Amino acid sequence: MTAVVAEHDDHHDHHDHGPEKGILRWIITTNHKDIGTMYLVFALIMFFVGGTMALIIRSELFEPGLQFVDPQFFNSMTTMHALVMVFGAVMPAFVGLANWMIPMMIGAPDMALPRMNNMSFWMLVAGVLLLAATLFMEGGAPAGGWTLYPPLVLQTGKALPFAIFSVHMLGISSIMGAINVIATIFNMRAPGMTLMKMPLFVWTWLITAFLLIAIMPVFAGAVTMLLTDRFFDTSFFNAAGGGDPVLYQHIFWFFGHPEVYVMILPTFGVASTIIPVFARKPLFGYASMVYATAAIAFLSFIVWAHHMFTVGLPIAGELYFMYATMLIAIPTGVKVFNWTATMWKGEMTFETPMLFSIAFVVLFTMGGFTGLMMSVAPADFQYHDTYFIVAHFHYTLVPASVFILMASGYYWLPKWTGNMYDERIGRLHFWLSAISVNILFFPQHFLGLAGMPRRIPDYAIQFADWNMVSSIGAFIYGFSQLLFVYIVIDTIRGGTGKATAEVWEDASKHGLEWTVPSPAPYHTFTTPPEIIPTEHV
Amino acid sequence: MSTNTAYYIPHKAVWPVLATGGLMIMLAGFANYLNGSSIGSGMMLTGFSVFILMLGAWFSLQATESESGMYNHGVGISYRMGMMWFIFSEVMFFAVFFGALWYARNISIPALGEIELTGPGRSTHNTLWPAFEAIWPTNGPGNVGGHFEPMGAFGLPLLNTLLLLTSGVTCTWAHHGLLAKNREQLIKGLAATVALGFIFVACQALEYHEAYSEMGLTLGSGIYGSTFFMLTGFHGFHVCVGAIILSVVLFRSWKGHFSPENHFAFEAAAWYWHFVDVVWLGLFIFVYLL
Repeated sequence: MTAVVAEHDDHHDHHDHGPEKGILRWIITTNHKDIGTMYLVFALIMFFVGGTMALIIRSELFEPGLQFVDPQFFNSMTTMHALVMVFGAVMPAFVGLANWMIPMMIGAPDMALPRMNNMSFWMLVAGVLLLAATLFMEGGAPAGGWTLYPPLVLQTGKALPFAIFSVHMLGISSIMGAINVIATIFNMRAPGMTLMKMPLFVWTWLITAFLLIAIMPVFAGAVTMLLTDRFFDTSFFNAAGGGDPVLYQHIFWFFGHPEVYVMILPTFGVASTIIPVFARKPLFGYASMVYATAAIAFLSFIVWAHHMFTVGLPIAGELYFMYATMLIAIPTGVKVFNWTATMWKGEMTFETPMLFSIAFVVLFTMGGFTGLMMSVAPADFQYHDTYFIVAHFHYTLVPASVFILMASGYYWLPKWTGNMYDERIGRLHFWLSAISVNILFFPQHFLGLAGMPRRIPDYAIQFADWNMVSSIGAFIYGFSQLLFVYIVIDTIRGGTGKATAEVWEDASKHGLEWTVPSPAPYHTFTTPPEIIPTEHV
Repeated sequence: MSTNTAYYIPHKAVWPVLATGGLMIMLAGFANYLNGSSIGSGMMLTGFSVFILMLGAWFSLQATESESGMYNHGVGISYRMGMMWFIFSEVMFFAVFFGALWYARNISIPALGEIELTGPGRSTHNTLWPAFEAIWPTNGPGNVGGHFEPMGAFGLPLLNTLLLLTSGVTCTWAHHGLLAKNREQLIKGLAATVALGFIFVACQALEYHEAYSEMGLTLGSGIYGSTFFMLTGFHGFHVCVGAIILSVVLFRSWKGHFSPENHFAFEAAAWYWHFVDVVWLGLFIFVYLL
């Protein structure tokens, strides 16, 4: 590894180079911190856009019967809620964290390919604009579910080609972002920052980046076939022409299963970064965490058909995908064990980032266990396409990925802004979220086991009570998130005072980002750092 | 070779955001065109022009920076990694269409023809198309697109295989010229590669013309036509892109760019070309021969 010494293209003043003035600073920036900020702000906005759609869904489901929206629009909402949350909120938020933190964590001056970094972000915005535009088109936004299964999705009106091209642009954005992460991690590490000294967040992102490069083209191929089936007379998913709609499901889930790990692996990484700091202990089992992440990533490619148990697979296929899926519980269990062992006999304090992280460990484990239930193929015949699956994946996404995103917000805001956030409001945000998220999603397990189908605007009367409870939880959860927006704005404006460079007690033992001043200067590590924190090895 | 020891970090990139805007207008235009809107093709053309102009400006800036020695060894490594993983993503894209071909031949067609006695295809076969027999090539039990003749392997396709394999050799020969500072060999090798590439595309166009006008084989000819034209079509598109990249590299070689130590653009173009070559071998075996 050669030392990375940065040269910025303003030759006169290397260290004090500041940003452009005005709006242009953001549009043409190549600075990893600016781009990271844009990703994070964009993701937060999309979180509320997607959240509003979720509240429309929960309003309609508050009681039986059709009250607010027509069924077609309801279906558009479930579809768009998922697409916006996955591609507009969670993935970009983690890319934003990657942009901000990876160079600072490995002692690099910036991302490896800064111009392409700028393009990744704008591709994301363009893709989401195309997707959002479909809401206002003749025939409505796509309403066939985020999986876009044919033949149903081929009945979409004018929105279909826009949605498909949106997927293409989002895919290009993700691939470019992932390439940048890989090149940065392999090529820009400070001397002494060996691979096995990297913070877990960097490791999980490296593995996530490989997943992204492997799967986004697959999704692009699948939707391209949808496009040609609809507009150019091909027969990929048409049995009369010798094709098969199930082929789409195979391709989609070959993308889709690793895709859900794209959202959870960086989550694991942040949790593994935060928990040791507040437990005041090194991470338990660092190497096993790395191997477990890699194992999960590998397994994600060979389990896709567990999303298709009821489609009519041969019995050998059902068995294979059942057992392969169960294997995932092993590396995941290693991780949960390690987080718990890290906290064991630690001198724990419970600041907001730690609260969210602990809630993540507990609630994600619940989401994992319901996943294990559904991996049992014969049992899945009962659970399939019910609210049980809705409860399952929301447990792995909301109190897992979203909670950890909130945790990383609280954890790094002082480093980003130079100011401390208001701990009291942070904890209020946490407790409101942690309680309401369970009111929101836990009853959905009961609804699903009792047989309530997903993606439907009306339901039989016996499902009324738990739906009402779930909707009440949804509104409490949704409006509690406004507290986070308040905290972010308040912290940017000064918060409760200046933050130190280290922010958290002894944090500089855990990561290089805590060795630079708060707020982090516009350029960090233009010359590589001398000392690498090695707390975990 | 670069005189710099520092890793070059550019600021203020104007081209990426404009290129993105161009691409977005182009795709929105294409979508409008597919929906039958009259503004579609105009938008497509405008967006495409913006996109290409911006990419051109971006790449020429990169070339200028590279030639003025602003990139050190580290920057070169980042670029190479970028290209490598970009090609890997392309491999995955082609894998989808090869996978679709495999699935049709080994799963959906046998199921529809009731070669397997169990499985989801059985009831479809019995109730909808009891007369359908699973024979490849096929346009399915619905005879979608009408009668067609499949494309044979030993005419133009074999010639195309030879053309592309030869172009791989000339490309490597050019690389040896570059490393030996033999500029004439570099330029001749590249020119031959580009020429072979464009001859390949012309042959492919001829093949398509025959398929459409004489063999009744179209994109609409059931699953055979779908997989045949999508696989060879995307490949042909990649050959065009590769040949254009090589033409730019040829132009830069003629201008005196590149040295044995500093020639990322050449390497990237060559990798891309070999990738396109390998995809063709897959096509020749799985689409034409088998």
